[in-house]
Amino acid sequence: MAEVATQTAHQDGHHDHEEPSFWSKYVFSTDHKIIGFQYLFTGLAMAIIGGFFSYVFRMQLAFPGSSVPFYGVVSPAAYNMLITNHGTIMIFWVAMPVLIAALGNFLIPLMIGCDDMVFPKLNRLSYQIFLLSTIVLIASFFVPQGGFGGAWTSYTPLSAKAEYNGTPFGAPLWLLAVTLEIVAFLIGGINFITTTMNARAKGMKLYDIPMVVWMIVIASILFMASVGPLVAGAVMLFFDQVLGTSFFDPAAGGDPVLWQHLFWFFGHPEVYVVLLPAMGVVAEIMCTFARKKLFGYKMILYSSVGLGILSFFVWAHHQFISGVDPRAAYLFTTTTLLISIPVAIMLFAFIATLWGGSIKFNTPMLFAMAFLGEFLIGGVTGIWLGSSGVDVYLHDTYFVLAHFHYTFVPIAVIAVFAAIYYWFPKMFGRMMNDTWGKIHFWGTIIPFNGIFLPLFVLGASGQHRRIYNFQNFPDLASENFQDLRIFATGSLIVLILFQIPFFVNFIVSLKRGEKASRNPWKSNTLEWVAPSPPPHGNFGDELPVVYRGPYEYSVEDREEDYWPQNQPPQAAARS
Amino acid sequence: MRYAEASYSGEGGAAREPAIANSVFGVLVFIVTEVMFFIALISAFLVTKANALQWPPPDQPRLPIAATAFNTLVLLVSAVILFQAGKAFQREGFAKRTEQLFLLALGLGTFFVVFQGFEWARLLSFGLTLQSSSYGSFFYVIIGAHALHAVGALAGMARLYIKMKQRQLRLQSFQAGLVFWYFVVGVWPILYVLVYLT
Ligand code: HEM
Ligand SMILES: [Cu+2]
Repeated sequence: MAEVATQTAHQDGHHDHEEPSFWSKYVFSTDHKIIGFQYLFTGLAMAIIGGFFSYVFRMQLAFPGSSVPFYGVVSPAAYNMLITNHGTIMIFWVAMPVLIAALGNFLIPLMIGCDDMVFPKLNRLSYQIFLLSTIVLIASFFVPQGGFGGAWTSYTPLSAKAEYNGTPFGAPLWLLAVTLEIVAFLIGGINFITTTMNARAKGMKLYDIPMVVWMIVIASILFMASVGPLVAGAVMLFFDQVLGTSFFDPAAGGDPVLWQHLFWFFGHPEVYVVLLPAMGVVAEIMCTFARKKLFGYKMILYSSVGLGILSFFVWAHHQFISGVDPRAAYLFTTTTLLISIPVAIMLFAFIATLWGGSIKFNTPMLFAMAFLGEFLIGGVTGIWLGSSGVDVYLHDTYFVLAHFHYTFVPIAVIAVFAAIYYWFPKMFGRMMNDTWGKIHFWGTIIPFNGIFLPLFVLGASGQHRRIYNFQNFPDLASENFQDLRIFATGSLIVLILFQIPFFVNFIVSLKRGEKASRNPWKSNTLEWVAPSPPPHGNFGDELPVVYRGPYEYSVEDREEDYWPQNQPPQAAARS
Repeated sequence: MRYAEASYSGEGGAAREPAIANSVFGVLVFIVTEVMFFIALISAFLVTKANALQWPPPDQPRLPIAATAFNTLVLLVSAVILFQAGKAFQREGFAKRTEQLFLLALGLGTFFVVFQGFEWARLLSFGLTLQSSSYGSFFYVIIGAHALHAVGALAGMARLYIKMKQRQLRLQSFQAGLVFWYFVVGVWPILYVLVYLT
């Protein structure tokens, strides 16, 4: 940096280096795109681990006690460890890194037209801490007495004392990993918010910011505002585990429900932290492939702000049977039902965007549309659960589990695939194969419903979550129920097999896909102005200037049905 | 010479003059998280206190109210002096007076931390430990969290001081450090009232 410090402002020192080494280019890079890729590939690798865990415990549920291929016999402790870390991985090591960190890093500077994040070194630090957290988490599976098995919610007092949970090393390491992961995202979030507010291209006003960037920024703000209590709780829990305090242990005067409050005060906003970027991805893709202006841009934006605020007042709907005062339960039921309004507004706005569009059904669009349909099921069942009277019966059953998978899979799987198929040409400069994409699409969507629809039925029939072997419970051991379990597990295996075409398509396209032009989808936003893939510094010597909003599709009196944000107005007459 | 200008690469290739400089903005966002963190600790403390039969527990030592009041004053003065240093830096740039004020503020901050350390040592010797009661647990976690923030902020500001001596300090870095110190000072009286006095 020393030699650069002498240059005058705005003469970017970093365009004219000699060719950097592999290490400085891919491992210790401060380039936002490379950091985005690091997050993306780490996230995808963790998804494979998390997916493998789900295969193992679903096999145990379908065929209790038998030896699972590629794993062996599942012991009760291993079962608990597998479900715990499956949930932990999918939320903290897949949804967060891919939806927020990978997309945020790759897209924000490109879509707002600047050359990098405002704090590039912090950005690199963010990934390094994340990588460390990943290593700690994986290490926690292999320590003596095994990985933590107290569920991703880590309820106290079970999680607080090794005498209760039986994992003296696994539990604190798990907690440490989660805390490190959170620190990584704090740093990333500071970068995203500051960059979007301070480094936009000339002419880009607040309402010209593409929806996905807004959504990632709002999600980051939500995360920053909600995570403090979780960190506080994590510190207290860590002290309970390691230093012998008793914040959460009732045997020594602590309060176990306190943890639930601290956890869910973060936990509920967290579900919107991952939901919003997915909504943003869907908005971008729908406008591009319906060739229509986004319906109700401001309405969507205000709804998501309202949703963000409301999301801080619903957390106790996870605690209706934890001794919450019935009057408070009434209050939280009300806020929970209210929060479905902004979500519904967004979904309707997307449907209105599709209405009358000339829709192109390619792979990204199919995934985006599937997101709407599947998420709807998750949202509606959420409203049922939000009614405390219903939830007293359904709490901690497979109904809840099916509910949140109908929200979470659309978000962390379907929308992520939509994003990968859509931005792959920009990321890697080549197109993915659309036919294989469609095969992958149907092979993902159909078995997904095959897994979780039966679980609604089982949950409504009283099947509790977090049980190792249902054959031990006469009411739940019936053959009908077991058939449903086997059907769900079978569907999961089909789903996993259909991910092979995706990975093959991804890898083959990286090397041999058709070369992508700058703007293969004829889209308006700024990332399509940069070369595919964008070089270091993104736009070359001159940063783009913005003249209009991001969704000017099919504007009357124009020959072309799109109108890039950076095209000067006088060019309109010529084109 | 005036303060150093933003110049190194990556500091936003933006074509606009932001209303709040990047570093200051970043620290403000971070403070949002910090505020929520302390609110959570304090509300956990208040809930436990409200549920306790007797507070503070009869067999536990009392906290040093008067000495800590004095220390609080020292901390507040450090913020005022830092504010003066900030004004001097903005007006005069690299000047002897700026450096002296900055150093004085740093010294007062360090005094606060060291003084707290001595108080902790005494409390420990009187039998107030992390494990002795939830009173002790909360005391050390809350006050310790604040102390860690103070130490971190002081270390960061010491770095800024060195950069100032080398005439490489940028105004926005200095202001970012200032804002964070205001936060550290600002939460302290709240903690003092809630933990020591009530
Ligand atoms: C329309 C909005 C939603 C409503 C009204 C809603 C409501 C609820 C309620 C009341 C519960 C508690 C059920 C119980 O434990 O008895 C719950 C659980 C859950 N929800 Fe939702 N939800 C909504 C959206 C989402 C979204 C978008 C996600 C994820 C991205 C999500 C993820 C979860 C998870 C993970 C749980 C289970 C937590 C656990 O116990 O492990 N929900 N939801
Ligand atoms: Cu919730």
